Amino acid sequence: MNIDWWLLFEISLAGLGTGGLYALTALAFVMIYKATRVVNLAIGEMLMISAYIFFAFSAGMGLPIWLAIPGALLVSGVFGALVERTIIRPMLGESPISSFMVTVGLSSILVGLVELIWTADQQRLPEFLPSKPIQIGEAFVSPKIFYGFWVAVLLIALVLLVFRFWRGGVALRATASDQAAAYSMGINVPRVFSLAWAAAAVIAGVAGIVVGSIGGISSAMGVFGLSVLVVVIFGGLDSVLGALVGGIAVGLIEALTGFYLGGEYKILATFGLLLLILLLRPYGLFGTREIERL
Amino acid sequence: MRIGSAKESYALDAALFDSRTQYAWIGVMLVALCVFPFLASEYWLYLACLVTINIASTTGLNILTGYTGLVSLGQAAFMGLGAYTVAILQIRYASPFLLNLLAGGAVAMLAGVLVGLPSLRVKGLYLAIATIAAGVIAHFLFSHFSLLTGGSSGLSIPPARFFGIELDDSFKLYWVIVPVTALMLLGAANLFRTRIGRAFIAIRDRDISAEVLGISLLHYKLLSFAISSFYAGVAGGLFAYFFRAVSPETFPLLMSIFFLAAVIVGGMGTILGSVLGAVFMTLVPELLKLIVGWLPLGGNATLILSPVRTIVFGLMIVLFLIFEPHGLAEVWRRIRRLFHLWPFCT
Repeated sequence: MNIDWWLLFEISLAGLGTGGLYALTALAFVMIYKATRVVNLAIGEMLMISAYIFFAFSAGMGLPIWLAIPGALLVSGVFGALVERTIIRPMLGESPISSFMVTVGLSSILVGLVELIWTADQQRLPEFLPSKPIQIGEAFVSPKIFYGFWVAVLLIALVLLVFRFWRGGVALRATASDQAAAYSMGINVPRVFSLAWAAAAVIAGVAGIVVGSIGGISSAMGVFGLSVLVVVIFGGLDSVLGALVGGIAVGLIEALTGFYLGGEYKILATFGLLLLILLLRPYGLFGTREIERL
Repeated sequence: MRIGSAKESYALDAALFDSRTQYAWIGVMLVALCVFPFLASEYWLYLACLVTINIASTTGLNILTGYTGLVSLGQAAFMGLGAYTVAILQIRYASPFLLNLLAGGAVAMLAGVLVGLPSLRVKGLYLAIATIAAGVIAHFLFSHFSLLTGGSSGLSIPPARFFGIELDDSFKLYWVIVPVTALMLLGAANLFRTRIGRAFIAIRDRDISAEVLGISLLHYKLLSFAISSFYAGVAGGLFAYFFRAVSPETFPLLMSIFFLAAVIVGGMGTILGSVLGAVFMTLVPELLKLIVGWLPLGGNATLILSPVRTIVFGLMIVLFLIFEPHGLAEVWRRIRRLFHLWPFCT
């Protein structure tokens, strides 16, 4: 078989671009899971709501882009903290099923709100990424995906640095590794919970704005969250490294199957991969294996 | 426990109904169920059938999630398998519908065992996400196996025949759907009086402890999946006969979430909860339709109905989990206690 290497390269680049966004969203997911042990099924909808807030600020209220983006991220962050305080906090100490279902409920509420305010129709975000096509060798990359990828890479690097060196980041990692010990060392654990949700909402917000500017926004945008679920299962629910590797891997697999087999095989390939991973390594590639004691 | 109902043997303690009052009420309810179709309008009959189908499926999911502690988001997929099996058998062979329903249940059961296999390795929410994969794969099969399933346009099903009578409207189907579901409910209630049911509960409470006690996790987890998806398959078969059309889009992930929500709203780990949850979750959207219709919104009413339903659906899940985590079954129990103790109520 004669493989067109440039074509393969081009598709891989596109997959890499989507993969970067998956990795970014998965990072938000992992942050919430590590800090509060909540499997957040509403991550796709958090992405969507931020994109819509940005849409309201820029297209609705006519704010310039440089004001609309920080504004939308700020509102997303406040929204994340609010969600944690009102519906996640009461679930503390309940079974994981309960907190999981609360996020399912949340996702439904968000979809309903978006449809109520903006209708279910697809909308276009204002253009703010440069639109000159990028050429690498003979391969063309869509500029939006190209810049989206770099936004994701930069933000991931920033987040990793912040959580390595900033006090709040250290507090978050401490809480993730042992809640009771963190409490007794004087870390304000409830505040760490709020912080984790706020930060995750902001990260998801960036991803949402980029994803929305690539493919437009609609109330069905939350489907993106399904792929992110595959990513975090692939990499392990509590592993940052897993989120990054998983994001890139799932992005590549989706792009390649989408091109060589057809679009409807995409989701089959990713979920098939998910089942395989679950059977071989139930805690994901890099996830911590939970040891149960009686 | 009820005052004045001393239990003198284990059999009495394990009995489903422990007092004459309860038998009397069951009798009243059976009579009401028999009289209902003669009094109700076509719309209410339609709702009654829909609610009953949902009760059957919710009960199945409750056996798996509420009693065995395995969260599944694949219930709609199993229903779909049941519905497609029934549809194909009915169209190709026109076999007796009770046989079709059983076949639908059996096919769903096999798929359930297959999906249940990972449950031995993965737990909790990893399992929930694995069952989403089952739904995705089922959807793919429905839309790509077009030789059997009619592809993305789906299949339309001729009405079931019972001794030469065509079951083609809600009134006639009511007499099939309600007895079948009642039998399934009775079966589920009795299941938890047996060794198998107790094993399920032990696994839910702590699966490692259960294994130490000699309960084979392999055997019982798969059995729980099998029973639960059998219920889903039969419910799906009833669904197929009721709507007389199936397509890949008939059984979306949202439907699985609906059943999980019904289990939670009704009360996990109670049979009564499955009934109450399914009734409540099916009727609230209809109630909303009425309310939105009354509001002076003019032409906007139909436009906002669907988003409002979505919001209320989410709100119900969230509010029940926060304020009433044991669900409607607990509310019911509280009301009953009030009447038992009245006037010394607490």
